[in-house]
Amino acid sequence: MPQYAAMIYAQDVDWTLPEYAETTAEYGAFGEAAAAVLRGGAALYPTPTATSVRVQGGKGGDVVTTDGPYAETKEALTGFYLIEAADLDEAVAWAAKIPAAWDGGTIEVRPVIDFGG
Amino acid sequence: MTEPLDPGASLVRLVRDEGRAVLATLTRNLGNLGLAEDAVQDAAVQALTTWGRDGVPPNPRAWLLTAARSRAVDRIRRESRRTEKEAEAVRMLEREPPVPSDSAVHDDLLRLVFTCCHPSLSAETQVALSLRTLCGLDTAEVARALLVSEATMSKRLTRARQKILVAKIPYRVPPDHELPDRLEAVTTTVYLLFNEGYTATAGGDHLRVALAEEAIRLGRLLLALMPGEPSLLGLVALMLLQHARSASRLDDDGDLVLLAHQDRSGWDRAAISEGVVLVGEGLRRSPDRADRYVVQAAIAACHALAPTYAATDWPAIVSWYDVLLGVEDRPVTRLNRAAAVAERDGPADALVLVEAIDGLSRYPLWHATRAELLARLDRPADAVAALDAAIALPSTDAQRRHLESRRAALQA
Repeated sequence: MPQYAAMIYAQDVDWTLPEYAETTAEYGAFGEAAAAVLRGGAALYPTPTATSVRVQGGKGGDVVTTDGPYAETKEALTGFYLIEAADLDEAVAWAAKIPAAWDGGTIEVRPVIDFGG
Repeated sequence: MTEPLDPGASLVRLVRDEGRAVLATLTRNLGNLGLAEDAVQDAAVQALTTWGRDGVPPNPRAWLLTAARSRAVDRIRRESRRTEKEAEAVRMLEREPPVPSDSAVHDDLLRLVFTCCHPSLSAETQVALSLRTLCGLDTAEVARALLVSEATMSKRLTRARQKILVAKIPYRVPPDHELPDRLEAVTTTVYLLFNEGYTATAGGDHLRVALAEEAIRLGRLLLALMPGEPSLLGLVALMLLQHARSASRLDDDGDLVLLAHQDRSGWDRAAISEGVVLVGEGLRRSPDRADRYVVQAAIAACHALAPTYAATDWPAIVSWYDVLLGVEDRPVTRLNRAAAVAERDGPADALVLVEAIDGLSRYPLWHATRAELLARLDRPADAVAALDAAIALPSTDAQRRHLESRRAALQA
């Protein structure tokens, strides 16, 4: 059965802060209601925690990293992988192997919130 | 109540230097730069008061580390949302040796340097973070030095620390195969910092001018951590050689003084000697592949060692620019080379070179150099037109005043 990633565009806030507890509870309720169809998903820290990766000169070229999300409006987020990595350097090394990174696109590597639940 | 002694500059310096070592170690212990910074900041405030009153303890680093660890434990215990990792850190801190070895501190400082200059942080964040954590300036000072509001700087630093923490920017020295690229990020950051101070000379804010000295101090620290590294030898040499001339760059009215007219007796001879020695070592240690900082420092050394402008070794300078173009072929490098060619071969040859450079039409110094060559070729009307083009572009106040006085002289 195919799976789908639902990328959520909402206000750029830190969902770990207590003032968003009600909203995260709503997501929790949605998660329970949709439990039968959900296969995976993640809540992300806000955009200032992001790193963008690009490979210049085609496959195997120079890996270039920049601070922040790749674009605010022009390019939409088209999907995501969950990569398990020890740290940002390892995650960037994997991200640089994703075809979009060396084929004109950008992979945004962002840490996933661990709510500890 | 007794008034604490005013903490003197040497005491502040001692607390900053030892505080940096303690921060580097504590960050490794805690796995959290922000928490370590807060704890070290608390300990530093305590040290300035206590040491100012009672004198400096026999082992200031151990004193600071003990104080910072106990502040960190207090903070973790106060924090209700503390993570398991931090609770672990408390248990670990209680088992840590009271004083880490010099080699452990050395490795921790390198880790701190490479974390602050991690390529996933923007250049401006790297500069701000380096000033805060490696130079030990407080947030208000960093904000003033980099010309942004304290609120903006505070937010920038907080975001950087959060990113380091939650995105897990690793606290380690990069492996050998990544070291050249990662070291380049470090040298670029230090040189940006130096240029912030160098260009601030006209502004007169002492704190901004002192950035050049902070950058040199940081460069020396890096060189002590990675002795013999050619790019660091070149970087420190370049900064010393440029800084040696800084007192002569502006006249009493704050107007720019060109190299040809600078009072060379005002140059810092000790800094020049040190810079020249470092250039020599940098050249010996990069026999196969020229390093751009070493080569730029070699050019600066040619200028610094010339007894007069006329007696400058222009053929040597042109040759060094050829080497530099082999490392990085940039339009500005070509422009500087052309200016040296003008002194070696005359203005006609140089003008051909200047006019062949693409991509500098928005750069005032390209127009100004062209104007200077046209004036020497006895074409004052063309020279004035070129100066007008330079003046129409954005530049610093001192630069603009200089261009305007040149135009007035040509029209007289």
